Amino acid sequence: MKRIFKSIFLLAITSSLVVSCGGAEKGKKGAISGNAAEKVYIAPGEHDSHYAFISGGFSGQLAVYGLPSGRLFRVIPVFSQDPEKGYGYSEETKPMLMTSHGLIPWGDSHHPDISQTAGSVDGRWVFINENNTPRIARISLETFETEEIIEIPNSAGNHSSSFVTENTEYVVAGTRFAVPFPQKDMPISEMKGNFKGALTFLSVDKEEGHMDIAFQLRMPGFNYDLSHPGRGKSHGWFFFSTYNTEESNTLMEVNASQNDKDFIAAINWKKIEEYVANGGGTKVPANYAHNTWNDDEHTAKTVMEDEVLVIEPSEVPGAIFFLPTAKSPHGCDVDPTGEYIIGNGKLAAQMTIHSFTKMLKAIEDKAFDGDAYGIPIIKFDAVNYGTLEQPGLGPLHTEFDTRGNGYTTFFISSEVVKWNIKDLKIIDRHPVYYSVGHLMIPGGNSQTPDDKYLVAMNKITKDRYLPTGPEVCQSAQLFDISGEKMELLLDFPTIGEPHYAAGIAADKIAANSVKIFRLEDNKHPYAVQNEAETKVVRKGKEVHIYMSMIRSHFSPDNIEGVKVGDKVYFHVTNLEQDYDVPHGISMIGAQTSELLIMPGRTTTFTWEPKQVGVWPFYCTDFCSALHQEMQGYIRVSPASSNIEISYTLDGDVPGEEEEL
Amino acid sequence: MKIKHLTLVVAISFAVVSCGGGEKSEPATTNETETTVVEEETVAEEAPETSANDNMDNKGVGPISSIELGEIDNALADSGKELYKTNCTACHKFGKRYIGPALKGVTTRRSPEWIMNMILNPDGMVVEDPIAMALLAEYNAPMSNQQLSEEDARAILEFFRTKE
Repeated sequence: MKRIFKSIFLLAITSSLVVSCGGAEKGKKGAISGNAAEKVYIAPGEHDSHYAFISGGFSGQLAVYGLPSGRLFRVIPVFSQDPEKGYGYSEETKPMLMTSHGLIPWGDSHHPDISQTAGSVDGRWVFINENNTPRIARISLETFETEEIIEIPNSAGNHSSSFVTENTEYVVAGTRFAVPFPQKDMPISEMKGNFKGALTFLSVDKEEGHMDIAFQLRMPGFNYDLSHPGRGKSHGWFFFSTYNTEESNTLMEVNASQNDKDFIAAINWKKIEEYVANGGGTKVPANYAHNTWNDDEHTAKTVMEDEVLVIEPSEVPGAIFFLPTAKSPHGCDVDPTGEYIIGNGKLAAQMTIHSFTKMLKAIEDKAFDGDAYGIPIIKFDAVNYGTLEQPGLGPLHTEFDTRGNGYTTFFISSEVVKWNIKDLKIIDRHPVYYSVGHLMIPGGNSQTPDDKYLVAMNKITKDRYLPTGPEVCQSAQLFDISGEKMELLLDFPTIGEPHYAAGIAADKIAANSVKIFRLEDNKHPYAVQNEAETKVVRKGKEVHIYMSMIRSHFSPDNIEGVKVGDKVYFHVTNLEQDYDVPHGISMIGAQTSELLIMPGRTTTFTWEPKQVGVWPFYCTDFCSALHQEMQGYIRVSPASSNIEISYTLDGDVPGEEEEL
Repeated sequence: MKIKHLTLVVAISFAVVSCGGGEKSEPATTNETETTVVEEETVAEEAPETSANDNMDNKGVGPISSIELGEIDNALADSGKELYKTNCTACHKFGKRYIGPALKGVTTRRSPEWIMNMILNPDGMVVEDPIAMALLAEYNAPMSNQQLSEEDARAILEFFRTKE
């Protein structure tokens, strides 16, 4: 036996020697160098150095990964119902998904961005936009839960969002599709000049993070594709890429690609903020949902807002300019110094790099080339720093390191290209597998990128993984960018289509991560503090169960007197106060998901029994050696029955057990 | 005594592994099996010993090493009673065995330090303290860590003293 092992061992060594000699073959496997595995290996029990929050795309959620391992830790439900966690199913979380169109169970999540203080990511919140039914969400990085979702009125295809300014003064939400603003019934063919593009600035409360729509700019009816804030010297400005400056409303893949140049819109939000502070703008009727989570009551509520402050560009002269930019730019990125504004012209053979300093001078000199709907168009040569010629095909997005380099994704030629911004010289290019969209360097949208890793997010994976039928995963690829050449380290699958991501050093978040919710702080109206408070109360056809859970039983666990036609509310409190001891609950025939309840939290689901009988409920999350025993029964009697409500645990009525 | 034995076995198996560098895959599994077997023996042999003898000298394992008890402080006992209701009643009764052991007379079976350490450090107690280990084996349910402070645990102890 031993001999066999030895021979195998020998064989393995020999073959690895053979493999390492075959260096010429490397290219086909994506030029993985010999020690790539070491660089991404996190030993069992050890932690990753970075968090990556990767957009869940059409899953509507946000996935949390570790870097460099690429391990998935959690999917944070944001815009879509999540039966695993009860999000959007429990009575407490349903209001998070309310909109002016009613409850929307799904969303298309796009661009996560982490809050900043003094130009660096601070790890307090991550914001993310929903593209389809325009919304912006704020997620706490203490609880990793969605705390707030605000609907954006007058917008459609909320795509140039949700990027934050360097002190999180604002998070922006720009419309991709021009629409009637406000909405009205009109012929589509009369779009030109009549549709508008809403660029929305949401203020963010410095302490609690609460968002409000501060103002909406009623811009010309172009498509506003992506955006980034100025920083450092250009702090106070925001830059949005535009396409379809043709204002076409049909066969856009041809008709929106007629102009050789579209624009980057440069917006001096400080100037507009001042205008607003002095009473500028017009309050216009609107209808949008503002959903907030209350961590004391463990409950969300929806407030329907009825107006929004609208500003016409003409009202604030000198605040908005257009910078001509080669063709249909997608990403609009600003380097860490705030000097360079990069237009990733997805249909152009070059990339346009504008200079902030030149822009200010051009504005001062009035170096304009006419205007579009009254907004001055700065002369191309007066604002342009230079162009990067023939960098690849289909540039989409650029991120930066701290050494003066940009890293740009090329969708059509499937590669990431590293180039020096000042010299406009290409330094390195690396293929990706395949058709890369976004890329992310931790702290990428800030003055201080943490530039060891780069994550490329790919739309197509084809042969990269074991096949799983026609639908295969999308994926991310991790690069080490600490050296002159980019080094591909790892492939890992993602949840949905990964539109952008936000990364941050783990130590900015890990220490603040909440472990339990304090029972004594639980102000949920149906919470119980201990088993003695558990009870069942009938209110007409509603039955409210004030239930508790602890390893490993429910109280009460025998309930009688429920009738067909009742609506039964399970208000369930997890009495545990220990880390990582959630309990779950599910009821046979309940037309909802299970609940997964964290220690100290109260959550509610409803059950409308339709059949007479004795029906069990049980804990869905393995909680202890006696988890399989964690169950109870509810007796359901006919509607005509006159059996009174009764409830017990181990034969006693909770609260009437022992005299202490 | 048994514990030392266990350490030795583990040490030896490690030594074997490190010498046999080239053949790691084979002895690694054997090593794990050995360790598990010895551990089981330890628990099995010590369990009857501890349940037979509720040792008042055992102070348990945790933050409380020594505590002086005076006259019963009724105000403290009252606050302990409230804490007990919120944090303990889901699993304990005085009069009967419930999820955990009946608490009647607990202060005559266990030292005050042991009681407080069991409240404050249940995770550590069930792996290091022989009585707690035996109780876990008997009841199967680990005692929950309710994140109480030393003051809270002291108040609960005072309440227990009123129930002697």
